[in-house]
Amino acid sequence: MTVTRFQELIAKNQVAHSRRRRITNAVMLSVTGLLTLLALIPLFWIIGYVIYRGGPTLNWDFFTQLPRPLGVKGGGILHSIEGTIIITFLACLFAIPPGVLAAFYAARNPNTTLGIALRFSTDVLAGIPSIVMGLFVYDLMVVPMKHFSALAGGVALAILMLPTIIRTTEEMLKLVPHTLREGSLALGAPEWKTSLSVLFPAALNGIVTGFLLAIARAAGETAPLLFTALGNDTFNVGLIVKGGVQAHQNIFTILGRIVNQPVDSLPLTLWKYAQQPYPERISQSWGVALILMIFVLLTEVVTRLWIENRKRSMQG
Amino acid sequence: MNNEKMQTKNLSVHYGKFRALTDINLTVQTNKITAIIGPSGCGKSTLLRSFNRMNDLTPSARMDGEILLDGENINVSGVDVVDVRRRVGMVFQRPNPFPKSIHDNVTYGPRLYGIRNKRDLDEIVEKSLKQAALWDEVKDKLHQSGLSLSGGQQQRLCIARALAVEPEVILMDEPASALDPISTLKIEELMHDIVKDYTIIIVTHNMQQAARVSDYTAMMMIDEHRSGRMIEFNDTNVIFTNPKDKRTEDYVTGRFG
Repeated sequence: MTVTRFQELIAKNQVAHSRRRRITNAVMLSVTGLLTLLALIPLFWIIGYVIYRGGPTLNWDFFTQLPRPLGVKGGGILHSIEGTIIITFLACLFAIPPGVLAAFYAARNPNTTLGIALRFSTDVLAGIPSIVMGLFVYDLMVVPMKHFSALAGGVALAILMLPTIIRTTEEMLKLVPHTLREGSLALGAPEWKTSLSVLFPAALNGIVTGFLLAIARAAGETAPLLFTALGNDTFNVGLIVKGGVQAHQNIFTILGRIVNQPVDSLPLTLWKYAQQPYPERISQSWGVALILMIFVLLTEVVTRLWIENRKRSMQG
Repeated sequence: MNNEKMQTKNLSVHYGKFRALTDINLTVQTNKITAIIGPSGCGKSTLLRSFNRMNDLTPSARMDGEILLDGENINVSGVDVVDVRRRVGMVFQRPNPFPKSIHDNVTYGPRLYGIRNKRDLDEIVEKSLKQAALWDEVKDKLHQSGLSLSGGQQQRLCIARALAVEPEVILMDEPASALDPISTLKIEELMHDIVKDYTIIIVTHNMQQAARVSDYTAMMMIDEHRSGRMIEFNDTNVIFTNPKDKRTEDYVTGRFG
């Protein structure tokens, strides 16, 4: 068997080559591994420290009571939990339906003027500082309505959530194989029906993950709420129940009364308490931080479970 | 009796400026299987997708000429594309069941046309799955996802889904090219079984498959402008044993292509 020039060259370099390759490999592996560890440190540090500082504050009363005056032991932040739930719910209500529909349009017509405009403006919108949204909604809603409200807070957060929802929904819709769409159209289904009953279910897991990201971000925002939801110290739903509900009031009037007044939220309370010079308020603000983290984590876990469950039933 | 189910007259298809098909004149007989063969890129799928106006979905596509379904031109504006697609169903190269249950996959079409009654739908499901030779394998798990089936079963589910709206013509775009030989055989057997009630047009790369299943064969090839033309059409027997065109002979005997 004749040895070619190429084989000769390889044979000559082989030992040195393979040693250098293995060393490079080991070095790069340790560097990347080390940096990965380094990147994980802040994450666990933050989580650990919030648990350490906030943990002792947590007890049943903290979740179920309203704030007590300074110097009075106990009290809780029920009003902030209530407010966060109300505002986040409102924000989802305002952001998800238009966001999803816009994403459908953009996914189907990516190269039309409107599609390009949508993609460009969502990118711009995503880059606007959240405090600007607050200021904008202040002028848009708070000034004409002459008072702060949960409604205004919900709108501010909804604008904040829109870009995330539109972009993730659009990307997920684009990932659905086009053969599914053709399969439906070949049966004579109109385009809207195909989108609604084939594309949307096929992309739903990813779309919901996008909602989750948006909700997690919105629930933790303080700045847009400063000029919109304002914050308060009262339990809105409780007040209305206590104030009595007349028979002639329908459910919409009651809901309207709830969303029409200022509400508190977890990040707002955290911000207010942390500024105060009193140690008990400071430690309570750590408690609020912990609850906020748990709130986001719970949303995450519940949704993940739902998605996993759905995936399993899809694959049979 | 008129046996011409579908017919193209001087059909040409353009994608933008590119002419993908030139002057196709093909007649498809009722209750027969017509195979379209030819090398890759010769426009077989484009031709197939003309029969149910699926080319409309490609924005740059333009179809000139006539496509007759029962003697009526369906390639004119004003024709109800939805109605054409109900009458001319389609099965794709890769199994594409919807991410729904087996039952809902089959009833998707009938529901589109307003059938809501549960008894009627159940009847359609059973009939279609039996026609597609899948009923015995899935009758106990109709509410499991269509994606839980094997590839061959998925393809038969897609055939059942197409049959559920009782089309007159079924277009098959290389329906077995992603399947193993056993699943392929099952699909071919079921084509034999159902063709008495339907008209089938199949695109295939697999010469033996065309020879095994079809009654008529159309041979396609690209011309010097890279545009697809039909160079020969005849009984499948003739195409495979005594082709008139030298290029057909070379292709079916595996000498090129």
